Amino acid sequence: MATKIFKHIQTPVVPLAIENIDTDQIIPARFLKATTREGFGNNLFRDWRFDENDHPKPDFVLNNPTYSGKVLVAGKNFGCGSSREHAAWAIADYGFDAVVSSFFADIFKGNALNNGLLPVQVSDDFLQKIFDAVAADHTAEVEIDLENQYIKISATGEQETFEVNPYKKACMINGYDDIDYILSQKNKIEEFEDVR
Amino acid sequence: MGQTLFDKIWDAHVVSSAEGFPDILYIDTHFIHEVTSPQAFDGLRKRGLPVFRPQQTVATADHNVPTWDQHLPIKEELSRYQVDMLTKNCKEFGIELYGLGHPYQGIVHVIGPELGITRPGGTYVCGDSHTSTHGAFGAIAFGIGTSQVEQVLATQCLLQSRPKRMKIEVNGKLQKGVGAKDIILYIIAQISAAGGTGYAVEYAGDTIRSLSMEGRMTICNMSIEMGARCGLIAPDETTINYVKGREFAPKGEEWDKAVAYWQTLYSDADAEFDSVLSFRAEDIEPMITYGTNPGMGIGVTQHVPETASFDVKEQVSYKKALDYMGLHDDEQLLGKPIDYVFIGSCTNSRIEDLRQVAEFVKGKHKADNVTVWVVPGSKQVQEQAIREGLDKIFNEAGFPLREPGCSACLGMNEDKIPAGKYCVSTSNRNFEGRQGPNSRTFLASPLTAAASAITGRVTDIREFLKEEELV
Repeated sequence: MATKIFKHIQTPVVPLAIENIDTDQIIPARFLKATTREGFGNNLFRDWRFDENDHPKPDFVLNNPTYSGKVLVAGKNFGCGSSREHAAWAIADYGFDAVVSSFFADIFKGNALNNGLLPVQVSDDFLQKIFDAVAADHTAEVEIDLENQYIKISATGEQETFEVNPYKKACMINGYDDIDYILSQKNKIEEFEDVR
Repeated sequence: MGQTLFDKIWDAHVVSSAEGFPDILYIDTHFIHEVTSPQAFDGLRKRGLPVFRPQQTVATADHNVPTWDQHLPIKEELSRYQVDMLTKNCKEFGIELYGLGHPYQGIVHVIGPELGITRPGGTYVCGDSHTSTHGAFGAIAFGIGTSQVEQVLATQCLLQSRPKRMKIEVNGKLQKGVGAKDIILYIIAQISAAGGTGYAVEYAGDTIRSLSMEGRMTICNMSIEMGARCGLIAPDETTINYVKGREFAPKGEEWDKAVAYWQTLYSDADAEFDSVLSFRAEDIEPMITYGTNPGMGIGVTQHVPETASFDVKEQVSYKKALDYMGLHDDEQLLGKPIDYVFIGSCTNSRIEDLRQVAEFVKGKHKADNVTVWVVPGSKQVQEQAIREGLDKIFNEAGFPLREPGCSACLGMNEDKIPAGKYCVSTSNRNFEGRQGPNSRTFLASPLTAAASAITGRVTDIREFLKEEELV
């Protein structure tokens, strides 16, 4: 089955300069009762975004019309905690194509890659430069090129390369799917089971 | 050069390995539960695929289930729907389900070990980050997302890159009143909630060796709270004695063969780790967390750090955490009034945890200002506790013994801590809203939680133990 394709984007960003954002903040547990993958975007950052009466909190960045864009930029250790893939679904469903941080938790990173949501890990300095650029001009754009593995701040031209597993990169660019790949090796799985 | 324990087990499970690709890793047992599996089963249906090895898949309902009146239908509609969906999926795909009412039902990371499904040298995954618990047996065990649940259902394999290896040694004698939970909270406080990211962590040293299997499970369980891919402890006599005779443990000749193999599972003396850390058991106090990630922990007599002690960039996040918790710079938690005590979760709900709490609270009574919930990890733990009369001790102390499930660890069922209230909890996460919207969590050991329930305040268990020695 094909998955979502990601090659290149240029877009303004949504800054969220908080560290250690855990998946319970991205999507609280009480919203994990759905049995499909759709609709989680409505509850993305639910308790930071809405008060107890479901009114939008005006000081939260997603409620601030000044900021928009397809890239979420967040503080280090993004996506720690629970393995819930619902976190990646919620971010993608809301409309983000990539998340930029200076550090990602392992499970979240894997989940994001499996859903066509690109985790872009940059240095602490570069992350600060993005935050500074958005603070100076809320329409500041970044360009993310997966093929050539770089992220660039459009206004200043400053750029940095980022790492991505070559297999997952090929999957995202071509829409390949892990299960199709493993099933193509089914005879090896059966051989493995026979000899052990 | 010698091999690490982790590499020995990993290598024994690699189906295929190709340059530029993650390894295809064979999974011995796949645990599933109601929350992270429905979309995976849907995926199989869309692809027209069966479950590849249903007999190596074990299901239970734990996250959503009530912990009171489990014999009645689940009241909350969405929870009931999700649990029913699991039943339907297991039936359709031929998977054994230990659902509500089954004598083996319970938290997935409690039932795997107690049924003898989790064994040394194996590979275990589950759509739940606390799967790292099973590493206590000298196994590779880690949490996965739902796309990977689908992958394992479809192929019994997982595409996975080999993580780096870290060794964490703890040596020396623990103070009285300090246990496994304090050790792991201490380690995470030292290395931060991201300190283990990218690593498989092997715990070693004589302090770790001296722990029971329950204690080792508590340690490995919280490996994920420092970001580690998994945690593991080499099997020894303690491990083998725990597994022996359990329901699905190997028997007869198979057992002897298994034990002979398990005895080869240790890191060779000349094995190289990418990182090695050492801690002294004597330095560890009873621990408590004050913030909104498990790395924000202190000894129970210490004060909350000052904002100015952090790097400028970190101060915004730190301030946000303290505000959420209703705490201020340099505050001492000791003596702070609390509202709830939760004893349970895949970290601390095993029979040993309940025995320890019961022994301590026998003849005492909880403070009036505190509500206490004791939630056993499984039906078997609950039955055992009742057989041993622990339920009577708990009842007399005002600690009602509930029915098994994940409960207030993540508040997916009715067991939620109300907004603004403080809970001393034996669970594993103190994230904002984790135990209910705007709830405030202090993570601690079962003994610290029990002592705090008795006084109604954050309490140093050592003070109690000193007094009891004098009596």
